[in-house]
Amino acid sequence: MNIEELKKIREKVQKEMDLRGGEKAIKVVVGMGTCGIAAGARPVMAAIKDELGRQNAENVTVIQSGCAGFCEQEPLVDVLRPGEKKVTYGKVNPEKARKIVTEHVVRGRILNDFVFAQEK
Amino acid sequence: MLELSMHILDIAQNSLAAGSTRVEIRIQEDLPADFLVIEVRDNGRGISGAMLPKVTDPFVTSRTTREVGLGLPLLKEAAERCEGCVEVRSEEGRGTTVVARFRLDHFDRAPLGDMGETMGILISANPDVDFLYEHRVDQRIYIMETREMRQVLGSIGLDDPSVLDFVRQDIRMGLKKIGAATFPKIMEVLR
Repeated sequence: MNIEELKKIREKVQKEMDLRGGEKAIKVVVGMGTCGIAAGARPVMAAIKDELGRQNAENVTVIQSGCAGFCEQEPLVDVLRPGEKKVTYGKVNPEKARKIVTEHVVRGRILNDFVFAQEK
Repeated sequence: MLELSMHILDIAQNSLAAGSTRVEIRIQEDLPADFLVIEVRDNGRGISGAMLPKVTDPFVTSRTTREVGLGLPLLKEAAERCEGCVEVRSEEGRGTTVVARFRLDHFDRAPLGDMGETMGILISANPDVDFLYEHRVDQRIYIMETREMRQVLGSIGLDDPSVLDFVRQDIRMGLKKIGAATFPKIMEVLR
């Protein structure tokens, strides 16, 4: 492990953190059960993290969950914005994942074409 | 699962579901003896003695036992396909260790795949869990330890996007340096 490289990252990120601050209000959940992983959840998760980083969306936490029982719809991605109902996207691929980040997570526009289920 | 790194991601999910605070992933490649061993060791709640013999059987899995599903049976299949085996040791309340052995240069041995991505996602999605990744190729060794990373990073969480990039890059370069076998040699000839 290259500690020097990590120190550089610390300095860079620390500077950015001093500028922003604030809470992580939005939550994105990726299904990472066996079914999710087999269906491609790993590249989906990577795409979400990358896109959030690229867009400097700092108030977002990305976490993982296990099997939700809808294995045929995997990879499943939930978006939880504060004060809004949970939206679950199904059969997500990295390309869709990037769109979900850009449109829904960052701008708050639900992508109805990709929605698998929506909290009532 | 097409890559061993996907199996590792999956098996580590079991550890996380079992409430582990530390997950140690060790890969050892022994070139002269021609074997590859993957070990995933956690300090989670463990598996009961009655359940333990059944964990690699996909049809005996009880629905209430959330931490066991198709993951282990798939790993077992991947190992046995190349003259390997899977062993699960566990003690209730202490943790579980899964050891998978593969013949390194077997035609049917799945490629290692992208360990950088697997570790990057495990670490960034579980920033409060301790992870160790150790990869040995004969006497050469690569180690990534999140405790050490936290010491350097201070108040910066392991879920920061730049940390994910670091993990990916560091592992990819580290594995290259120690000459980790991504594909079986016999496959390299065909490629």
